[in-house]
Amino acid sequence: MRTEIKTYDVVIIGGGVIGTSIARELSRYKIDVALLEKEIELAFGVSKSNSGIIHPGTQNLPGSLKGRLCVQGNILTRRIAKELGVEFQEVGELIVAFNKEENSRLFELKKEAETMGVPGLRIVGGDWLRENEPNLNGEAIAALYAPTAGIISPYRLVYALAENAVKNGVEIHVLTAVEGIKFLKDDKYKFDVITSRGVFRARFIINAAGLYADKIASMAGVSDLKITPRKGEEFILDKKKENLTRHLLFPLPSKTSKGILVTRTSDGNPMIGPTVQDVEDKEDLLTSDEGYKKVVSAARRLVPSINKNDIITYFAGLRPVCGDDFIVRHENNVPGFVNVVGIQSPGLTAAPAIAGMVKKILENNGLDMKKKFFFKRYQGKVTHLFSKSLYKIKKLVKRDHAYGDILCRCEMVSVKEVKDAIKRGARTMDGIKFRTRAQGGRCHGGFCTTRIMKILAEETNVPITELTKRGAGSEIVKEERGND
Amino acid sequence: MINRELVVVGGGPAGMAAAISAYENGVRDILLLERDQYLGGILNQCIHTGFGLDYFDEVLTGPEYADRFIKKIRNIPEIEVSLRSFVVDLTEDKVLTYLKPGSVETIKAGALIMATGCRERTREMIHIPGTRPAGVFSAGLAQKFINIEGLLPGKKIVIVGSGDIGLIMARRFLLEGAEVEGIVEIKSESRGLIRNMVQCVEDFNIPVYFNHKISGIYGKDRVEKVDIVRVDKEFNKVAGTETRLDCDTVLISVGLIPENELIEMAGVEIDKKTNSPVSKEVNRTSIPGIFVCGNSFKVYDLVDTVSNESIKAGCMIAEYLGYKITCNEE
Repeated sequence: MRTEIKTYDVVIIGGGVIGTSIARELSRYKIDVALLEKEIELAFGVSKSNSGIIHPGTQNLPGSLKGRLCVQGNILTRRIAKELGVEFQEVGELIVAFNKEENSRLFELKKEAETMGVPGLRIVGGDWLRENEPNLNGEAIAALYAPTAGIISPYRLVYALAENAVKNGVEIHVLTAVEGIKFLKDDKYKFDVITSRGVFRARFIINAAGLYADKIASMAGVSDLKITPRKGEEFILDKKKENLTRHLLFPLPSKTSKGILVTRTSDGNPMIGPTVQDVEDKEDLLTSDEGYKKVVSAARRLVPSINKNDIITYFAGLRPVCGDDFIVRHENNVPGFVNVVGIQSPGLTAAPAIAGMVKKILENNGLDMKKKFFFKRYQGKVTHLFSKSLYKIKKLVKRDHAYGDILCRCEMVSVKEVKDAIKRGARTMDGIKFRTRAQGGRCHGGFCTTRIMKILAEETNVPITELTKRGAGSEIVKEERGND
Repeated sequence: MINRELVVVGGGPAGMAAAISAYENGVRDILLLERDQYLGGILNQCIHTGFGLDYFDEVLTGPEYADRFIKKIRNIPEIEVSLRSFVVDLTEDKVLTYLKPGSVETIKAGALIMATGCRERTREMIHIPGTRPAGVFSAGLAQKFINIEGLLPGKKIVIVGSGDIGLIMARRFLLEGAEVEGIVEIKSESRGLIRNMVQCVEDFNIPVYFNHKISGIYGKDRVEKVDIVRVDKEFNKVAGTETRLDCDTVLISVGLIPENELIEMAGVEIDKKTNSPVSKEVNRTSIPGIFVCGNSFKVYDLVDTVSNESIKAGCMIAEYLGYKITCNEE
């Protein structure tokens, strides 16, 4: 608990991809910024179950904010990924049509997307598809090909953004839940943000609290926002099936979603899903038999060879839905309070464009944004053995012996990578999994869990019985043997 | 690139027996690679008895059983043991690359025995819906926690599946002072050995829910409860038969799968359903000179059988390498 009250120009609430994108953007300027996250690690809310697709900007309504920010974000993400050493793969997407009616919808989609500035679109026919996407259902007659679609690791992007923001002076506070917002009668500092770890005094507040953004907004007196969690169940396939598809495959979109897709994670695991279901509870991460059946059958319509035995894991995520479009605005009734709310798909893609927009909002509302003379723009890549050639692996092992000490056999992760992840902030077993893939493969940690726990306990000086999957309450083991 | 006459991948009971047998049949240049820090494989965590009845005519614990082979290996200088050695690449020409702390080695093997064992089927493979809290473990991981690490992973346990490891762990948890709420088995009888059903379950009055499956795991951060439901002969849920069991831990014991990702990489034909190599004869694969033995060939009930079949593999490989073998002349 902090006793003295520290002051900030900007306090960002929420440590997902939106909060950290804004934090990194603001770290270019001579202002004091703090980011508050209630969980033990960043990206543990909405962002952790993001599918990792960098959308080209198709399937958005022309004139919508999300449509515009998505197209901009697609371009910006490439630059940011390069600067931060995060792998971005441009793989392209196909929106697939199975009959004449769907075929004509493709032309409408293409036209809509072109008016929004999506580049490189073309309609490809059955022959092209058979040659370039051999596992696609042979009954497909045409597809809209968007070459600028890509994939990225959502959590690794968040961790890289946060690390870079911190390097450039931003404070990040985890396990810091916002409990209230107090208005001050001060011309400069208008708010006291009351948290579980003390008070943060701020000129501006940016609400990027994901599913709980309505709760935070109402603390500031903005009560007309309501977030509806929209659940999606996703299923991940074994990396052995890495070459299942070359492109990201989409059916034609419906009103509420882009449909059930066949994509892959940036680590090479094919992924099928998501379902779409509005739920009440913001903690409702239940997966279901119905979701499973639905996703497998819809994915098989695109790629008939998908086998349910290849599914190695599944999870549910919640999209923070607030109306049809994103809300990114300064609340003129509450000067200094900026809402970034309802950032569902394509939020990951749009994140850097949203960050740019927030910067302008702050500037227009009186925050003096002078560029720092020394902004640390670049940051080295995090090393992952699984993405390296044998030749490179040899060099790495020579440089640091711990690269040759493999602890996760399914995904080939070394002791060195796990130690690096801990150095970069991993505090939980999920945090290590998200950063390194260890425990994320086909055996699900059956072989490596105990070794990772020993390393985590040793490196963080935490007793092994207190280690958690994802924060307090999720301790892995109960006690040492023989404690009565 | 270094040439070796025979490379054995895996230092559990299968790999050790095959290496010894190959030596006894004349092979003199043997490299045994083990990814862990010691030989013996999973036997090291199996501290219960019941091993060796068939092979040694004695009742041994897992570590004791392993120790007999380890001692033998240590007395054969022609078998070079390399620990913490993890094979990352294998080609059909039997060129393999492995990492160990500080080095990466590439070797051309005259012949190969893959004895890479098996892994446990997971919660994910049988698709149990619900949340994803801490406290869901494979039975073997729970065994490792208690027997090797000295940690108790839970205090109120539900076991899914009546495989041998699950049955043994039911008893183990009881002896550690935990409660075992029940074993949930989708079939009408146990899939474990009778002696394990009797000694680990019936003797301790642990409830077994036959013809039941688990329909959900619940809990926000840690497992809090599970739902189980009766199933009909086609394993479909029978409506209205749901029961809720409070627990903090779910153990998954629903079978084992051969680990054959390396030979699959080399192009060996693998049965998609069983993950075993496609083969008409025990230990052989579709690539001449690449042999597979023990639980990576197929999952055996008893380690004694693994030893016997792996000794056979050592003979077969010696014969492949051109030695006059003695093991068929019993």
